[in-house]
Amino acid sequence: MLIAATLAIFVAMFLAVIRGIAGPTLYDRILAVNMFGTKTVLLIALLGFVMGRPEFLDIAILYALINFISVIGVLRYSDTNEFKHTPAKQEPTKKEH
Amino acid sequence: MEFFIIISSGLCLLIGSFLCVSGGIGIIRFPDFYTRMHAVGITDTLGAGLILIGLMLLSTDLLVFAKLVMILLLTLLIGPTTSHVLAKAALHNGLAPKLNQDALDHNSLDQTGNEETNSSNP
Amino acid sequence: MVTAVAIVRMKDLFAVVMLLGLYGLLSASFFVAMDAVDVAFTEAAVGAGISTLLMLVVITMTGRREKAKRHKPLLALFIVIITGGLLIYGTLDMPYFGSADAPNHNHVAPRYINDSMKEIGIPNIVTSVLASYRAFDTFGEVVVIFTAGIGVLALLSVTRRPEDDDDIASHNDSMHERHLVIRIVAKMLIPFILLFALYVQFHGDFGPGGGFQAGVIFAAAIILYAMLFGLSAARKAINQAFVQLIAAIGVLLYGCVGIVSMLNGGDFFDYNVLASDPVAGQHLGILLIEWGVGCTVAAVMIIIFFNFAGRREMQQHSGDKSTQNQESP
Repeated sequence: MLIAATLAIFVAMFLAVIRGIAGPTLYDRILAVNMFGTKTVLLIALLGFVMGRPEFLDIAILYALINFISVIGVLRYSDTNEFKHTPAKQEPTKKEH
Repeated sequence: MEFFIIISSGLCLLIGSFLCVSGGIGIIRFPDFYTRMHAVGITDTLGAGLILIGLMLLSTDLLVFAKLVMILLLTLLIGPTTSHVLAKAALHNGLAPKLNQDALDHNSLDQTGNEETNSSNP
Repeated sequence: MVTAVAIVRMKDLFAVVMLLGLYGLLSASFFVAMDAVDVAFTEAAVGAGISTLLMLVVITMTGRREKAKRHKPLLALFIVIITGGLLIYGTLDMPYFGSADAPNHNHVAPRYINDSMKEIGIPNIVTSVLASYRAFDTFGEVVVIFTAGIGVLALLSVTRRPEDDDDIASHNDSMHERHLVIRIVAKMLIPFILLFALYVQFHGDFGPGGGFQAGVIFAAAIILYAMLFGLSAARKAINQAFVQLIAAIGVLLYGCVGIVSMLNGGDFFDYNVLASDPVAGQHLGILLIEWGVGCTVAAVMIIIFFNFAGRREMQQHSGDKSTQNQESP
């Protein structure tokens, strides 16, 4: 059962990486990396149980915090002009950017 | 009694991993950033919570149980906050959600993506 | 490998930073798969966390696109290939990775594994090797980190004028409404992160952890506070001079342990003579030097971040002021 859950988490991580590479906008990529991070926390906890080493849970706690801080850092520093999203196609009812 | 614990833990793990995989499928197939974020935010937090509860039922040691409770509380606190911050930053920086034609006729979006107040929604 | 090639070829620096974070994370997973828990811990904290944050601050200052190179670096490529080839040729002579008759598996590793519990008495062999058998190497690492902090201070520190400080502080206060949710959540999380850092510091004898990881986690909590509440509020909470003092005290503490053991009649960094019982002496020595390592690493990370972000704030502030002066003739 644990092994099946581990494989399922691997599949989810792989799908997140696909979106991370192919995402058209910047925010898609940030979302994909965040999802990869939370799945990694689960993966480390599951692997700890599968391999019989409860010390991995410390790494899982650490990684949950680091993931959070990284996403907050990315979003905090994306306030500058360089990161403003310019839409690729304009729809007729919206004003010009 | 022990059999019951193993069965319920297996059930939690199964549902949790199904939710995580469906979140992964959602991030690939949904059409817009905001919809993708909706998929990931919900399934991530709930799936992670169920998997952690499943692991908690399997744990033997009090310290392991306490650490899993901590990871669960952290995930429940951090997941929705991250979704909120991501959506706020995207909206503020100009990424507009993809709306269908009905909504575009009733509302109008100014250049930062904020809805103006003459919408017809209550 | 795919990630590394993608990092080199992509021109959008922001995506490069994301990929670097991903790469650090993949390395941490490899270490977990190889059952090396301590290394995975350090790699996750440093590679996937702090490096990504620091590089982000840098690219907000330098711009998002990489400039195209004007000439093909063929000569550099040739030299790199020759050096790489020589290095690989040098390793052909060595025994295979993990083979049973390699010298380090026959002489060094069994001695550590067999004798560590008897001589030092702590369950975590990685900490005992790092802190006691190879304490001099670790001393070198701590001095290198301290030197990096001094380098950043020497090159990047900017003198701040008081009116700039007030301007920036009022700008930060006006941001409070926008960031309300995340500020409240961060206020709940930061004490927990600091406590976790202390836990990792002192639990390094029994589980994965130790001084390096604890210092990085502590600095991450302070950086989170500085990012969300503004650098001026963070400077009021953590005085810059105090942090620089702590960095120096960490290295000094480490060196003093060595000197005290020399004064007590043993060699440099011989912990057996620090207390009446050799094993208790080892415990005391390891405790003190891990504390020194933790102090220095945390303080240097905080110094580096405050200087990078302070530079950026100055740049943005002067950019804002010049556009204001242009708009109001």
